[in-house]
Amino acid sequence: MSNSNHDDIQNEVVPATQSETQVNLPKSELPVHVLRRADVDPIAAARAERQVAIMFLLSAVFTVLAVVSFFAIPVDLYIRVPGPGVTSASNFALGITLGLAIFLIGTGAIHWARKLMPDDEVVQSRHGYSSSREIRESVMQEIRIGGEESGFTSRKIVRRSLLTAIAVLPLPAVILALDFGPLPQNELRETLWKKGVRLVTDPTGRYLRPEDFSVGSLVSAHPENLKEWEEENHNLNARAKTSILVVRMTPEQLRTSQGEGWDYQGIIAYSKICTHVGCPIALYEHRTHHLLCPCHQSTFDLADSGNVVFGPAARRLPQLPLGVDEEGYLVALSDFQEPVGPSFWERG
Amino acid sequence: MAKRSGTVGFSKYRKHPAALSVILFLGLIVTSGVYTLGANAANEYARSSVDAAAIMNDPASIDAGKRLFATGCATCHGLNAQGNSDGPTLIGVGAASVHFQVSSGRMPMASPGAQVMRKKPQYTEEQTLQLAAYVASLSPGPEIPTAAQLNWAGADLAEGAELFRANCAQCHSFSGRGGALTEGKYAPSLMIATPQQIYEAMITGPQAMPIFNDQTLNLEEKHGIIAYIEYLKDSPNPGGFELGRYGPVTEGLFLWTIGMGALLMVAIWIGVKAK
Repeated sequence: MSNSNHDDIQNEVVPATQSETQVNLPKSELPVHVLRRADVDPIAAARAERQVAIMFLLSAVFTVLAVVSFFAIPVDLYIRVPGPGVTSASNFALGITLGLAIFLIGTGAIHWARKLMPDDEVVQSRHGYSSSREIRESVMQEIRIGGEESGFTSRKIVRRSLLTAIAVLPLPAVILALDFGPLPQNELRETLWKKGVRLVTDPTGRYLRPEDFSVGSLVSAHPENLKEWEEENHNLNARAKTSILVVRMTPEQLRTSQGEGWDYQGIIAYSKICTHVGCPIALYEHRTHHLLCPCHQSTFDLADSGNVVFGPAARRLPQLPLGVDEEGYLVALSDFQEPVGPSFWERG
Repeated sequence: MAKRSGTVGFSKYRKHPAALSVILFLGLIVTSGVYTLGANAANEYARSSVDAAAIMNDPASIDAGKRLFATGCATCHGLNAQGNSDGPTLIGVGAASVHFQVSSGRMPMASPGAQVMRKKPQYTEEQTLQLAAYVASLSPGPEIPTAAQLNWAGADLAEGAELFRANCAQCHSFSGRGGALTEGKYAPSLMIATPQQIYEAMITGPQAMPIFNDQTLNLEEKHGIIAYIEYLKDSPNPGGFELGRYGPVTEGLFLWTIGMGALLMVAIWIGVKAK
C-alpha cells in the first residue's frame, strides 16, 4: 500500500467494531495516488493561486459592471443579439454580468479546491444503521408497559369505542364531495342550438349567409342566442358547448355527412371542441379537409363525417345540421345529435 | 517569414487543453454567422416603388407575363397554365395568389415537398406583376389589393387582436410565430410577411390555409388583423430572448438542453481529478 508518501495511514479500512451489523469491507483497492503539479512544483502552485485570484477578482469586476449597467443603460433600449434576436439591453447586460459574477466565484472555488486544497483519499468507516439490540428491546418494553398501564389492552370498551370514533371520522370528507354539485342530468347532451337558431361569427357577431362562403372558407361561429345567455349566466359553459367551425367544400369534395341533408350546398358545421379532452380545434387544412387538434394531434376529416383519422380521440366530431331560414341566413336545423366534447361517465 | 512564425505560434498552442473547445467555439461562430447572413438575405423583401395598378392595367404586361411564364412556370403548371402532373392549374387563382406566391419567393418552387418554403424572390416586383397580369387574364380571381385596401391606418388594434386569436392564432400561434400542422406541413411565421402578402394570403388561402374572403372577414376586420400583426412585429422583448414566443415549451427545452448541459459540464469538471 505504500505507493506514495500520502496513503500510509489513509487507505486502511477501519473495522466497525461498535456495530453488530458490521460488514467486513474488502481491503481498499484505491488507485495509485498521483500527486498534482501544484503539490510538487511551487511555480505551478503559484500559477494556480493566481488563476483562482483572477477568477475572484473578475467576479468583483462583473459585479461592478452590473451596478454600472443598471444605471448606465436605459430600460427602454433594445438591442439585436445575433442569433437569439432583439431583447432589452438593460436586462441582457444585468443577466450576463450578474451571472458571470456568481459563476466566477463558483469556478474560482472549484479551481481552488481542485488545484490547491489537499486531495488525499480518505476512507471513513460507518457503523450499522439499526440501533443496538438493548435499545430496541428497551423501547418495545416501554411500549408494552405503556399499553398495560393505560389500560389500552385490558379495557376493551375504551379501546373499541376509540377505534370506532377514528374509523367513522373520514365520513364527512366523503359527504362533502356532494357539494361538487348536482349530477349533470342532460346538460352535457343539450346545447343552445335548436331548429331555426342563426349562426353568428365569433367574435364579431354577424349573421352568416351561404353566399359569404368561398370554397375553402373557414369561419368560427356561435348561436345567436349565446350572447343573451352569457349576459344572464356569467359563465362560459354554453360557449364551450356551442362553438362550431363552418367550412365550405364542393359537393364532390364532401364525401359523407353524419346525416342526410345536413350540409347546405357544401357548407358544413362541426363542433369546435375536440372529443378527446375538449381543446378547441381550428387548425383546418382546406386542401386535405383535415382538422388538427393542437393539444394531442387528433386529426378529423371534415369531408368524411368528421371521423378520426389520427390521434388519441376515440369519437368523431359531432356535426350540426345546417339550413337557411326564409330571410336567407344560415341556421341550425336542430341541436347536435350526439354530445359534444370529451367522453364522460354517463355517456355510455 | 511572418507567416511562418505565425504557423509556429499556432502549433505551440495546438496541444493546449482548451484547443478543442476554442476550435469548436470558433467553428460555431463562423457557421452561425454565415447562416444568419444568408437567412437575412433570403428574408429581405423590399416593396419596390413600381406602380402596381399601371402595370396590371397595361395590356403589354400580359404578353410580357406570358413570356416569363413560359420560361419560369410552364414546366409544372403547363404552357397555358392548365396544370399537369407536377403542378396545379392556375386558371382562376387570380393575381393576388400569383403575387403572394412569387413575391414571397415560394414560387418558383425549389423542390416538391410537404411545404413550399419562403425564400428570396426570384422575380422583380415588375416581373411579378406581369406574371400576375397574365394569370389574371386567363380567368378572373382574387385581385391584388389596392393601396386603399392596404391602408390600415386607424384600424381597431384591440378588435384586430381578438380576430387574430379567433381566426389565425390556432395555426400561426398567438404571437404570429407560426406552428406545426400535419405530415410535415406548417403554418409559417408572419413576422417577415408584408401587409400585402398577409392580405393576399387571407383572400387566396395558399397551401393548407383556409380562405378568409371579404364577406367572412370584411375590410375593417382585415385591417385590424394586419395592424395587430404589425404591432407584434414591432413589440420588443423586455423580459429576455423571445425563443419563438412559444412560452414555457421552448424555455423549458432551452433550460433542459443548454442549461442542464452546462451544469453537466461543470459537474464533470468538478469530478475529474486535477493534474
